[in-house]
Amino acid sequence: MTAVVRAEGLGKRYRRRWALADCELEIPAGGVTGLVGPNGAGKTTLLLLAVGLIRPTAGTIEVCGGRPGSDPAQLAKVGFVAQDTPTYARLTVADHLRLGARLNPRWDEAAARSRLDRLGLDPAQRAGRLSGGQRAQLALTLGLAKRPELLILDEPVANLDPMARRDFLQVLMEAVAEHELTVVLSSHLVSDLERICDRVVVLVDSHVHLEGEVETLLASHHRLTGARRDPARLPAGQHVVSERHTERQSTFIVRTDEPILDPAWTVGQLDLEDLVLAYMERPVPPPTAGRAAVGPALEVIR
Amino acid sequence: MIWLTWRQNRAQLVTAGAAVAVVAVAAGWTGRRLADLVTTTDTGYDLLTPADIALFFAGVVMLAVVPGLVGAFWGAPMVAHEMETGTYRLVWNQSVTRTRWLATRLGLTALAAAAVTGLLSLAVTWWAGPIDGVVGARTGSLPTRLTPVTFAMRGVVPVAYTLFALVLGVVIGAVVRRTVPAMAITLGLFLAVQIAVPLWVRPHLATPADLTVTMDISTFDGLSRSGLDGPITLTAQPSDRGDWVLSNTTVDAAGAAVELPPWFAECVAPPGGPPRERAAAEGKGPLASCLARLGAEGYRQRLVYQPANRFWTLQWRESALFVLAAGGLAAVGLWWVRVRLS
Amino acid sequence: MIEFSLDARSGVSPYLQVVQQVRQALRLGLLSEGDQLPTVKDVVAHLAINPNTVLKAYRELEHEGLVAARPGVGTFVTRSLVDVSLPALEPLRRDLQRWLTKARLAGLDAEGIEALFVDTFRRSQRDVA
Repeated sequence: MTAVVRAEGLGKRYRRRWALADCELEIPAGGVTGLVGPNGAGKTTLLLLAVGLIRPTAGTIEVCGGRPGSDPAQLAKVGFVAQDTPTYARLTVADHLRLGARLNPRWDEAAARSRLDRLGLDPAQRAGRLSGGQRAQLALTLGLAKRPELLILDEPVANLDPMARRDFLQVLMEAVAEHELTVVLSSHLVSDLERICDRVVVLVDSHVHLEGEVETLLASHHRLTGARRDPARLPAGQHVVSERHTERQSTFIVRTDEPILDPAWTVGQLDLEDLVLAYMERPVPPPTAGRAAVGPALEVIR
Repeated sequence: MIWLTWRQNRAQLVTAGAAVAVVAVAAGWTGRRLADLVTTTDTGYDLLTPADIALFFAGVVMLAVVPGLVGAFWGAPMVAHEMETGTYRLVWNQSVTRTRWLATRLGLTALAAAAVTGLLSLAVTWWAGPIDGVVGARTGSLPTRLTPVTFAMRGVVPVAYTLFALVLGVVIGAVVRRTVPAMAITLGLFLAVQIAVPLWVRPHLATPADLTVTMDISTFDGLSRSGLDGPITLTAQPSDRGDWVLSNTTVDAAGAAVELPPWFAECVAPPGGPPRERAAAEGKGPLASCLARLGAEGYRQRLVYQPANRFWTLQWRESALFVLAAGGLAAVGLWWVRVRLS
Repeated sequence: MIEFSLDARSGVSPYLQVVQQVRQALRLGLLSEGDQLPTVKDVVAHLAINPNTVLKAYRELEHEGLVAARPGVGTFVTRSLVDVSLPALEPLRRDLQRWLTKARLAGLDAEGIEALFVDTFRRSQRDVA
């Protein structure tokens, strides 16, 4: 498995605050990884480090086998759609395409034009006059047309209306299907991530709390509801992620690879949002716990 | 990258080009007769119309202001605007390094700025050439080209100033990261430079000449008095009217600076009498004899000055200084953008 | 060519929904032998889901022998489902009726029967997956 992004002990400090700390991450090639967490958790910092717009204060990060932002060849491998999809307000859509064509070695002009045509964007329109959704599509087109190996998106759909959001994700997924692109995107709309992501990374308070394949995570986590019980009395193979108690009732979210046989529990499935929230509520885990919490990936038995 | 620089600065370049064209045409239209005018007489100032004088000073003001404006409007936004609007996250992700991005933008803009300023300076220098320093029969004259009023607004110095201001603006924009504050700071700093250089730097660009003359009516230039009872100061004329006088002090026989003797104050005509200069020029009146007596007692006037023929030497040296400073600042700017903005 | 839809709240994973919709189409005769399934690219462009989800669904269907992938061309139906269901139905129905009788005798009410069935059914799905 070739890792497209590899971070070891990665940290970034601004003045006195660590925006990101002790980040250990490996994102494999091909597939969509979602980065989720509350505002200020360090998602943007991590993505900017991967793109090379900022430099680490501690640790290392390697992207597509090189140091981010180091030289034009490296820059060509990574596409970026920044938060609020910045564009040059006074330049037209066609100007933006020309910008990309002139400044990138591998530029797919035909694909860019056809995509913009399909979206109904007028090439002569100034970018400042486009709607939010149209600007996001323009930024996505620019990111895709440079034919990167990795495309990074920072909350690309946060400010878009539902239809614009759906359009954006459709275009993105189609590009993933067509070009075998690796995608890393951050969002706090977990429902979107559940549709499109293979893997998820949960960032809270500048630390990675959870990382793994979505399917494996959802299969190995369960909600147990039943009579009030002390978590220490649960079987050894069941790791408690979060717990809530009333006088008579306990609800646990556990991670386990074994089937739950105790009939006293009502076992429920979690969706990704529940899972993410459960991990977000935990205190900061020790540095290696985030990885160990997932365990080996369950292979699909054929 | 070349295309992008052009496209982003298109409006400014076109405006500047139009302004240059207007100035060039205006200069050509009005300047032709000036050359003919002045060669006919020694007191050409009297032949100038108020419009000519207004244009003269307009030219001075224009070239004084252009470098600062370039620094503020072309330089400060270059990096600051990208940081402020967030577009740096778009353009620095394209396959160009930041160094190449800034170097290309800065280099091309510098060329354009130099061309614009060079053409403007050419037009103004050509236009004002015949009338720089022209005098009238009585009072009234235009400043000579070596004086601080006009020196930096002639020849090649404006181009060097513009390059420096441009790079200064870019660096300040990169440090401050907000366009409007960067523009204000650039203007302020550059203004300070414009004031400081003629005061403290330019006099030392070439070793000034030193001349001591005996005070008499032929070398007399003027006298002034601070208040009704204050000390009197004498100034002497330089040998060439175009010289830039740096200091004009009364010295004794040994060469040390000295105050005028107390009897001199009595000697001078009281206020309200006939104009002193006219009386003095006739070789009559108390002033001529006062000065003669001063000279007899060993008082001399010492002039430290830059001779008029040093105009181009000083121009090239000052330009070189500013171009070097611009280069140094450019290196700082490139480093800042590459390293400190990460 | 059929088109897929996704019910985000059904609790059934997206890839299973695709599998089920293909099987349903086969049962209803909307798809027959030799028909091409929508390309991964088209499905993904319509539903905005991960391409691996679709790939997984198509692989599952291939594993069940219902479709076959032809590299570079597409995925095609190899078998219809109509003939599978009818003959096997009767014995299954009788087994089910016997089980229901046993469950009622054990004291389960309608809701209890449904809960037991759904829970067991879901677990068996996961074990297959």
